[in-house]
Amino acid sequence: MYDTSDIRKGLKVLIDGNPYTVVEFQFVKPGKGAAFTRTKFKNLLTGAVIERNIRSGEKLEPANVETRDMQFLYKEAGDLVFMDQSNYEQVTISADLVGPSHDLMKDNLPCTVVFFNERPVDVTLPTFVILEVTASEPGVRGDTSGNVTKPATLETGATVDVPLFIRIGDTLKIDTRTHEYVERVNK
Amino acid sequence: MTEDRPPRGRVIAVDGDTAILRGAGGDRRIAARRGWRPGDLVDGDAVVQAFAGGDYPGPGTEVARLPRSRLARLEARGVALAALRRFFAARDFLEVETPLLVPSPGLEIHLDAVAAGRGYLITSPEYQMKRLLSAGFERIYQVCKCFRAGERGPHHAGEFTMVEWYRGYADLDAIVRDTEELVAEVVTAVAGAPKARVAGRALDVAPPWPRLTVRAAMRRWAGVEVAGDEPAPDLVAAVRAAGIAVADDTAWDDAFFAAFLARVEPALAALDRPVILEDWPAPLAALARRRPDDPRTALRFEVYVGGIELANAFGELTDPVEQRARFEHDQAIRRARGKPVYPIDERLLAALAEGLPPSAGIALGFDRLVMLATGTDTIDQVLTFSSHEL
Repeated sequence: MYDTSDIRKGLKVLIDGNPYTVVEFQFVKPGKGAAFTRTKFKNLLTGAVIERNIRSGEKLEPANVETRDMQFLYKEAGDLVFMDQSNYEQVTISADLVGPSHDLMKDNLPCTVVFFNERPVDVTLPTFVILEVTASEPGVRGDTSGNVTKPATLETGATVDVPLFIRIGDTLKIDTRTHEYVERVNK
Repeated sequence: MTEDRPPRGRVIAVDGDTAILRGAGGDRRIAARRGWRPGDLVDGDAVVQAFAGGDYPGPGTEVARLPRSRLARLEARGVALAALRRFFAARDFLEVETPLLVPSPGLEIHLDAVAAGRGYLITSPEYQMKRLLSAGFERIYQVCKCFRAGERGPHHAGEFTMVEWYRGYADLDAIVRDTEELVAEVVTAVAGAPKARVAGRALDVAPPWPRLTVRAAMRRWAGVEVAGDEPAPDLVAAVRAAGIAVADDTAWDDAFFAAFLARVEPALAALDRPVILEDWPAPLAALARRRPDDPRTALRFEVYVGGIELANAFGELTDPVEQRARFEHDQAIRRARGKPVYPIDERLLAALAEGLPPSAGIALGFDRLVMLATGTDTIDQVLTFSSHEL
């Protein structure tokens, strides 16, 4: 069991049977009152954030949560297949768990997978991925002002909005959190 | 590029024929001397200690990890301490030093002491200072370290500096005036004007400060009526009726603080003036005496500045019989909650039995005062070295 002195960002605990991770905490103690730790927890299954005051002396139950570095291998129907490089164990994870950024995943992409009771509950991609443009209409000459963009298709099949100067064969840096173009990178 | 003083300090950068030197008074740009390298300690033109750690990692990342901003705060801290001593000297207070290592560290239910040797480190110098009052001193003050187990946060350090002072033959109003003037003087000495800063916001600390009773504050901001003699379940029900979640078996003081911290403290934090929060309900009297005209109310006030709890004052309890009863009550609660039970300080009780003049006293967190004067949001940044820097 954990007590309030163990609370730190990233601590994984079980509250009402659900796994949570600590995202924020603050020690509070009025001069003549009891101490507690005002703590914000994120539900690892739903992403919902709750705030609880944990009194000094109160116990928190550790969640059986494990974080593993895994490599994305390939897509199979609506599923993603990952491999743990330390033991070559493979797991199949629903693309829904990754959310919209799953179409930015290229073979061999290193990811972080969170397991709760040995079941995968969260996949974190690298913040940026580098992908090649496979299809895009040429930009309209002369129309270069402001934030004019056009769609481009990337090697993974994803479509992102890019500036007009981007051409087929360019490699782009994409932010996996926002699904947005960041910059063109030289190979 | 002026050199009104000979160079002395650490070379933190060399750029062509210019060097930046860090020493007393801050960083300055001077002409680099032959052979100076970043990291070297120099005195005059000579290198007195060459930097031995390979490439100098730069200021703020040196071994001591004290960035320039910290050095400036520590200088302000020294200025604050000097101003504080001038303040008390001008009012004919005697500075005293009582022991830090004691057999009875204080029985307050919510304070845990740090064990040391065959006793404990003090959580406050209160008991010994009261014995000095009983011995005949009339105006005494102390600046000392206090220690509280398990306290660590933006406003809490397990080892911190307390300023505590007492006036014999005086009431709480005299302590209110002292506090207002002390804070204004110290902040002015540091900041040049009686303007404290909290989270980037300026607060006018010039006396006099607004005063508010605890009951009025709880009524206004929490919507909770506090009598002071109601059973705990009644207060729990009132707190719940105000929309604040508390468990059925919550103790009186925990129910009070649930409402206070949720509603009153944020409201106090939003004010642009310090507040004297006075007339605490009797269950929160601690070592204060009750009002002769209203036994449900204790002669106690707290000072809040920008939401920071800066000081706590008592019209001191001088009755040895009631004091013993409160100590025994606190011991019983500590025992019931599985907390360490410290011995009763019999010498304090003997001093009270011998006679303590009607007195008032206050404890003020010096580190928090420095935070306010320098506009610093975390206590670690006004300490020489915080506990994780040791």
